[in-house]
Amino acid sequence: MKPPAFTYHRPRSLDEALDVLASLGEGGKVLAGGQSLVPLMSMRLSAPAALVDVNHVPGLAGVEVGADAVRVGALARHSAVEHDAAAYAALPLLRQALVHVAHPTIRNRGTTVGSLVHGDPAAELPAVLCLLDGSITLRSAQGTREVPAADFFLGPLETDLRPGELAIAATFRRPPAGSRSAFVEVARRHGDYAVCGVGALVADATVRVALVGMGPVPVVVDLSEAYDGQRLDEDRARDLVDAQVEPEGDIHATADYRRHLAHVLVARAVRQSGSDRRAA
Amino acid sequence: MSESLVRVSFTVNGAPYDLELPPRRLLSDALRHDLRLTGTHVGCEHGVCGACTVLVDGAPVRSCLLFAVSLDGAAITTTEGLRAPDGGMGPVQRAFHECHALQCGFCTPGFVTTVAAYLRDHPSPTHEEAREAIAGNLCRCTGYVNIVAAVERAAELLAGSAGSAGTAPDGAAPGLPEDAAAPEPSGGASRRLPPDPSTVAAAPSVRPLADGAGAPPASAHPAGRDSS
Repeated sequence: MKPPAFTYHRPRSLDEALDVLASLGEGGKVLAGGQSLVPLMSMRLSAPAALVDVNHVPGLAGVEVGADAVRVGALARHSAVEHDAAAYAALPLLRQALVHVAHPTIRNRGTTVGSLVHGDPAAELPAVLCLLDGSITLRSAQGTREVPAADFFLGPLETDLRPGELAIAATFRRPPAGSRSAFVEVARRHGDYAVCGVGALVADATVRVALVGMGPVPVVVDLSEAYDGQRLDEDRARDLVDAQVEPEGDIHATADYRRHLAHVLVARAVRQSGSDRRAA
Repeated sequence: MSESLVRVSFTVNGAPYDLELPPRRLLSDALRHDLRLTGTHVGCEHGVCGACTVLVDGAPVRSCLLFAVSLDGAAITTTEGLRAPDGGMGPVQRAFHECHALQCGFCTPGFVTTVAAYLRDHPSPTHEEAREAIAGNLCRCTGYVNIVAAVERAAELLAGSAGSAGTAPDGAAPGLPEDAAAPEPSGGASRRLPPDPSTVAAAPSVRPLADGAGAPPASAHPAGRDSS
């Protein structure tokens, strides 16, 4: 359980980091929190030739709450986002989802943007970014591009990040005032990956949910036609969900059980929306 | 195989270290093998069990999920650093001792660091909060009941000693298990594990390290994916 050898780079500025990444090309991998990357390396499931440690690059750890969005910098730890009072007031769904990400000890080191770039279909943050129509800011020595969440997640552990690029921020758009939200999930152990998880966003007459662990990338389903402004028609919601999810069976759960969980958790998330304070 | 070494400086329990390490050296291994601070235990080595938890700039983190070279400039605290100023048990360690919150003791260093940081931020937890505080640490012996009691007892001890910086008058209990009384915070050697001249055990110094600890396992062990 020891990681394979790699060459190590410790840039002290963003420009230096981008130059190093450009020179390394395919062989360069960014190290931020490392809470997914290091165990993968220790298990020899990943063996990058070079790591570019961005932990010493200044200016990347911010959590900025704007009128339209919450922008999370590349080095903002999960715990910093989770405990940011302004971010919670603006977008409770962030904290509602983050408390399900492993344990506090992991959240102290792991980064929100790193989790997005890792693109694990069982992770919470990609679903939240998709549900909130967010985007990722990717910068390279050539320039900057903004990629919408819907285009960023391509498959399990696969994203649109290209060699030489550094994800410098994620932008979570704030839904209309008065929106409500919740995030619920079922995991086999406390803090473990979700077998199935659901984030819900309820605003006036619209209901949208994002499902975790129900396909190769997060699945967003619009349930508005099953919602009368007060209650969710759970039978109709079930059909709408079934039409879009493609769960797979594995050692943890059969596909049928995952589908069952999706039905139960969608209803639960919508019911629970807003019950733990305030707007989404 | 020769790996190029990377220089890194940090403090451990207040003592400065200036090291040259292979980049792939995990912090858990750097503490145990290079610094001979064996209070930190390594259990699962993929972030699940919590035995290797140390504090980095005051925040609990898994030392097995960090590369030591990434911690340039950091202040690291291990269970050895949580002793009372007189060298006896600190309040959390004392609470574990009093409440019989350990049996084999393997997981205890990770609990001690986690609980110390938690109580610093949440000085009077409820019973439920005390349970939640340790939810990321596994213990296979106790069933957790006495550990939760120790969290609550440690909160009492800390509240009682708030004015005296945690110095327990009767803190240095004889017969203390080795881990709570391991090496000096200054980085001196422990009784049981004399410093290896080929590794860095005193501060401050710079010395290249042999990479005997970095040998790959016979097979990968893709058991868990519990650490997003």
